[in-house]
Amino acid sequence: MHALLRLGDDALVLAQRLGEWCGHAPALEEDIALTNIALDLIGQTQSYLSLAGSLDPDAPKTDDELAFLRSESEFKNLLLVEQSNGHFGDTIARQFLFDQYALLRAEHLAQQTFDLDAAAIAAKAVKEIRYHAAHSSKWIIRLGDGTSESHSRIQKSIDDLWAFTGEMFAADDVDIAGSIAGLLPDLSALKTQWDVEIDRVLAEATLVRPKDGAMKTGGRTGVHTEELGTMLAEMQILPRTHPGASW
Amino acid sequence: MIDRSPSSLVKAVSRQLQDVMDPELTFLSVTDMGILRDVKFENGHIVCVITPTYSGCPATEVISEDVLKAAREIDPDAEVEVVLSPAWTTDWISLEAREKMTANGIAPPEGSSHDKAFLTGDGHTIPCPICKSKETKLISPFGSTPCKASFTCNACLEPFEHFKCF
Repeated sequence: MHALLRLGDDALVLAQRLGEWCGHAPALEEDIALTNIALDLIGQTQSYLSLAGSLDPDAPKTDDELAFLRSESEFKNLLLVEQSNGHFGDTIARQFLFDQYALLRAEHLAQQTFDLDAAAIAAKAVKEIRYHAAHSSKWIIRLGDGTSESHSRIQKSIDDLWAFTGEMFAADDVDIAGSIAGLLPDLSALKTQWDVEIDRVLAEATLVRPKDGAMKTGGRTGVHTEELGTMLAEMQILPRTHPGASW
Repeated sequence: MIDRSPSSLVKAVSRQLQDVMDPELTFLSVTDMGILRDVKFENGHIVCVITPTYSGCPATEVISEDVLKAAREIDPDAEVEVVLSPAWTTDWISLEAREKMTANGIAPPEGSSHDKAFLTGDGHTIPCPICKSKETKLISPFGSTPCKASFTCNACLEPFEHFKCF
């Protein structure tokens, strides 16, 4: 259940962030692109959280209950995906670093036979994330290999977010148990593949891969940056103020 | 008198569902789209099996309701079952449906979903559904619904949508 919550929470929190671009993106096409990606992620969230909720040992929960009625410390998403949107380049950098990881993780999940429900969700997700990853990679290249202004700004975006990339591959008990069972990928092997793809795109974008320094972690155990609390307050206000509201 | 045998119920519901249209592509039925996977008789009632196109496509909910309503006109106990596996693919869209898309100004998916070139747009030309020119340009891999990309025709200058290979 913990592994599925992580998958669902990564998708949900990033989707909510991307949704904040609705009506604000620099061009209509990008407004549509970012919100379409958010929509795919919301769909994946519904599937993962429904499955996670059905396995709750105390009492089965719905996807909506998990999304709207948990507190900040109960969310198990990566710190990377909760970081605020910043400018368009910051959003693209966050998306690029996450997409490459999410794609490799979903490809593993789609192949494994430990949990066939999760495999079915991931098989759909893989097709969607391929589009997301192609989109964010192309923007990294376009901005990095663009003007001197776009180059320096996207380099700074990558530099600023780099400290959040270590968490994706920092295996804890849930990851290790999940990996032994076959459900989750071996994160060190995943990192090797991630490095190859990140390096390839950064090189084409004429960008420099930041040096690994101290990495920020905590999201997987519910210790978040201050960004998440305010985001959840906005996301959850309606169902918390009017329990059971419908329209 | 209506024949209530399982096989004739299945046949009647299948026929009925041919008139259930995709809410976003109103000229195509859920059967044309490959969204309706199966109609079967189980535990004394009809079960219509559907599969979503994209995980978050809001049309899936509407389709589910429309299919249920249509099926219940034949069998009041009919149910809808949503399955994720095997994942929906544009390969399931019938040839006839592809022709209807072109006739309605939407460029249908080209080639097989197993071909990775569809992602980058490299190596595939998407002909303009209006003037048939092959001089077209990808504006964005995303469009008005999750399943479509935005294109412009360099010949007739019309914008058009392309149903993505998926």
